[in-house]
Amino acid sequence: MADLLNVQGLETQFRTREGTVHAVNGVSFQLKEGETLGIVGESGCGKSVTVMSVLRLIPSPPGKVVAGKAVYQGKDLLKMTDEEIRHIRGAQIGLVFQDPMTSFNPVLTIGRQVAEPLEIHMGMSRKQALERAAEMLEMVGIPNAKERLNDYPHQFSGGMRQRVMIAMALVCTPQILIADEPTTALDVTIQAQIVDLVKRLQHELGMAIIWITHDLGIIAGLAQRVLVMYAGQVIEEAPVKELYGNPQHPYTLGLLNSLPRLDSDEHRRLASIDGLPPVLLSKPTSCPFAPRCKYAIERCLAENPPLLQVGPDHYAACWVHPETGRPRE
Amino acid sequence: MGRFVARRILYMFAVILVVSAITFGLMHAVPGGPFEREKPLPPEIIANLEKRYHLDEPLLMQYGRYLYEIFIPRIDSNRPGLSLENDFLINIRLGESTWFHWMNFGPSYSSRSRTVNDIFRDNLPVSFQLGIMALTVAILLGVPLGIIAALKQNTIFDYFGMSVAIFGVSVPVIVLGPLLIWIFGVTLRWLPPTGWGSKPPYVMGVFPSTMGWDYWKHAIMPAVALGLGSSAIIARLTRASLLQVVREDYIRTARAKGLKERLVLTRHALKNSLIPVVTVLGPMFAALVTGTFVTEITFGIPGMGRYFVTSITNRDYPVIMGTILLYAVFLVVANLIVDLLYAFLDPRIRYE
Repeated sequence: MADLLNVQGLETQFRTREGTVHAVNGVSFQLKEGETLGIVGESGCGKSVTVMSVLRLIPSPPGKVVAGKAVYQGKDLLKMTDEEIRHIRGAQIGLVFQDPMTSFNPVLTIGRQVAEPLEIHMGMSRKQALERAAEMLEMVGIPNAKERLNDYPHQFSGGMRQRVMIAMALVCTPQILIADEPTTALDVTIQAQIVDLVKRLQHELGMAIIWITHDLGIIAGLAQRVLVMYAGQVIEEAPVKELYGNPQHPYTLGLLNSLPRLDSDEHRRLASIDGLPPVLLSKPTSCPFAPRCKYAIERCLAENPPLLQVGPDHYAACWVHPETGRPRE
Repeated sequence: MGRFVARRILYMFAVILVVSAITFGLMHAVPGGPFEREKPLPPEIIANLEKRYHLDEPLLMQYGRYLYEIFIPRIDSNRPGLSLENDFLINIRLGESTWFHWMNFGPSYSSRSRTVNDIFRDNLPVSFQLGIMALTVAILLGVPLGIIAALKQNTIFDYFGMSVAIFGVSVPVIVLGPLLIWIFGVTLRWLPPTGWGSKPPYVMGVFPSTMGWDYWKHAIMPAVALGLGSSAIIARLTRASLLQVVREDYIRTARAKGLKERLVLTRHALKNSLIPVVTVLGPMFAALVTGTFVTEITFGIPGMGRYFVTSITNRDYPVIMGTILLYAVFLVVANLIVDLLYAFLDPRIRYE
């Protein structure tokens, strides 16, 4: 299938008082039509900044996309005029944010907010847009959707609000849905409902999804392909089964080992990765994970590994073979 | 909502009681009296005057009498305006020779032929008109200035707007007023340097009966001079509040939906950012419409601002009480209106 979105060598920096923070350092990925791509990594690894950069939603200043391209349907989103990208946002690419509590305007009704993209992108009248919004709310499982159009965000629970947020992102039936940690602020049972909802909607509407999370568990049941990010770089990319079954980067391995497992000995202690991610005040010249890595060799401290093909469709940025502990050829 | 308003009005009476007690106590604690002159009056005359105004009675009794006069309505056959001692603010004719009277604030001691209610009837409307105009100037100037400064943060627009704001706060009316008079009144002769364009009787007690150019030309300079200081406060608040709101998550959501920047601002940011501005409008309104001493003196406007000051130096007890209580009522009512506006601006706020 054709690439819907092709991101190449994306670099984003933030100017701060302490210096320039290199938040995203040469991220590349492709998204195919109708597929679900997971992006995982711990807080501050550049997941959100990556997708926000693609949609040019980075507050500038202090943020700036300094290099790379993001080609959507033959056009580079990063080089479009403000007017052109405006017609992509909300219409072609929908966004769901992490915190459903703060991501709605508290003084406008849910109906107004969900209908808004229809009014601006589809040229619908307020009345038509509200009708369509009600249908969409029904689709995401809001009971009495028609009556609830006039309610305000604070009158919805967190889970319901996230459903509304999804309805708002999908109301113009975009090609791509970007979900930026949509379940992080919700409790576990609600998380499962939201994941099921998004799967169902993808089946019905056929959009591609980029799902950002730090929760490997959620990604396992959702994505076809996964990017693992660390220090603003993609350090491993693989189909989801391959990634879980045969992780090729020590960081991915560490993440997987830190998950609790139902099938393991109940007295097993959860493994953790010692140390903290690096502060990105300069572009990494060595492997950014090396200081925390038990497999690190001399080469890791001298040269930052690029993404190397380690299997069919499987790429990892590591000089070492984590199973054998020997350098890769 | 109705219950909330009713409760707040009851609470207003409590405020008035407390304010009146403190004011009454303080003004009697200050040395001197209303009839002391540089060349003293004969003690017999002072005694007679004090007897006439009941100042020879014990303080508590005087206070009780005052509260009785302002709070307790009465129905009798007296036509209004017969005597200075019995001049009521509210007079309603019930029948051929039956009248309903309420709120007697008493006579003024220093201007013998007038009552406090005369001041409310003749001078308060002028101050009220000037105050409303000044507040309008303040909002119309302050809010856009604040918005521009916030949107063009750290640019020449921001610096210019905030310079105007700093100028507005730091140059007092006593400097700005004469400056305006000198430029527009004396040198250019565009506007009359002093005076006010409306006279009693007033429509509904406060509004001028005619509003032609003759009226406005008197109002422009004082309204601008008075409004500029308040507009500066509003501009700074609007700027700060808007800068905070545009960092909110829901503004990012609005952008992610593909809204034009102008819509993001007007539909999503503005209403949210006006809440702090509305908060200061209450006290600002009360302070502006009850009269402003310096502005009214500078422009020779017959408002009631000067009574706040002269009544105290003259120990004109009823005028002191009247002006202070009027201010308290305006403050409480303005804050009530502000609270009701909150509910309009933010649906999360509901009263019961």
